[in-house]
Amino acid sequence: MVEFGGWDMPVQYPAGILAEVKAVRKATGVFDVSHMGRLYLSGPKATDFLDWVLTGSASTLRVGRARYCMICNEKGGVIDDTIFYRLSEDRYLLIPNAGNRSAVVAWFQRWIDEKFSPGCTMEDVTVTTGLIAFQGPGTLETIDQVADTPLSGMRPFSWTESAIQGATVFVGRTGYTGEDGFELLVQGNDVVKVWTALTDSGSVPCGLGARDVLRLEAGLPLHGHEIDEKTTPIEAGLDRFVRFDKDYVGAAVLKDQQENGVQRRLVGFTLPGRSAPRAGYNLLHQGETIGAVTSGSYSPTLDTSIGMGYVLERYVESDTVLDLDLRGRIVQVNVTALPFYTRPRRT
Amino acid sequence: MSPDDRRYTKEHEWVMIEDAAAKSAVAGITDFAQDQLGDIVFFELPKVGDSLTHLGKMGEVESVKAVSDLFSPIDGVVTEINEKLLDHPELVNQDPFGEGWLIKATMTDISQLDGLMSASDYDAFTAGPQ
Repeated sequence: MVEFGGWDMPVQYPAGILAEVKAVRKATGVFDVSHMGRLYLSGPKATDFLDWVLTGSASTLRVGRARYCMICNEKGGVIDDTIFYRLSEDRYLLIPNAGNRSAVVAWFQRWIDEKFSPGCTMEDVTVTTGLIAFQGPGTLETIDQVADTPLSGMRPFSWTESAIQGATVFVGRTGYTGEDGFELLVQGNDVVKVWTALTDSGSVPCGLGARDVLRLEAGLPLHGHEIDEKTTPIEAGLDRFVRFDKDYVGAAVLKDQQENGVQRRLVGFTLPGRSAPRAGYNLLHQGETIGAVTSGSYSPTLDTSIGMGYVLERYVESDTVLDLDLRGRIVQVNVTALPFYTRPRRT
Repeated sequence: MSPDDRRYTKEHEWVMIEDAAAKSAVAGITDFAQDQLGDIVFFELPKVGDSLTHLGKMGEVESVKAVSDLFSPIDGVVTEINEKLLDHPELVNQDPFGEGWLIKATMTDISQLDGLMSASDYDAFTAGPQ
């Protein structure tokens, strides 16, 4: 167990990280991600509020759908990345990261008080509910076996309600592994029941270690590594989750960066072998430090080592060869388009 | 239970005499160590002929979770490394006291083992507060 964002979390279950990653890529894995935040935003001004604090659009999101985007400060720095679900015309569910929940709550409350009150209220239900991520190609078959209603036909980034073993479940067709799957929001006293139904159906319990490898293979950023308050979504290559046609906190900086460019950008890179680049290791070109690693791991799915990091803009092209200072040993790495892994399309 | 035919360090390495007359020994990491590391993906081991110093760094072990230094349990000179680990580091997860040995060495002084922990001492050490 490790401390993570104020919660005690398992890095791995008995299967071990490599077996857990394989389970998610080939079959089904189940993660207790109850440490992540759950916030409801409600009221006639909730849509306007979210349009003001999110890089993505709430007003164009249809009821029943979900969207991934960033919460930025005035300088365009990323306070958090999040998925939010539109529950009704004037009610939303938003999922911040565990370690950022209090920062997001404070930030939201500030803007509600300043611009959207009365008319928008926030409710934090993190500690009274649980969140289970159910991920992998096998989830489609299993979810229909365990849930009272068929769910395998749900569209990606949609949500619905169902029941498992008598427990009401809010089901999102979302995830953070690069695999197909679902995220299940349940009342706190139903978490064990739903978890057990999934593990009894053969799903492998997976910890934070596997989750980190999976998201890295899928090229997904982790706040505190690839993105933080001093990094913008443009630098992080997340411009497809940023609107440039609405006014919101940080919009001016992001628009300027999109039009005029940035000095450094996030890249993916691979290196042969299994020795992993770790956060903070320097990336060099002809002996000169031109960037640093933000995340890295051995990738069991690709059987090579992979990493992400920030480098000066002129080194971001795919196939650029850079040097990595691996604890004093210099090894060559190849800049690679993200993601490293894309799941096979179903036929 | 750790096997009682060898000695242990607080850095979770084991060492066992193979031939006392030749002062030859074999060394590895313990079951406790491999369990703490999780899935091992990479070893950096010393080369044959390298000198070893008791509790000096002799290489690195990398798991999916983290990188850790390997410390020599003895003074001596490396005579062989376990080449199988280069392609199959998971052998150490599967059989840390057997197939997953790391190095063989000629010890400077085999009485050095007397200063290391016995199996029961080591098991008590790892059972204690972490």
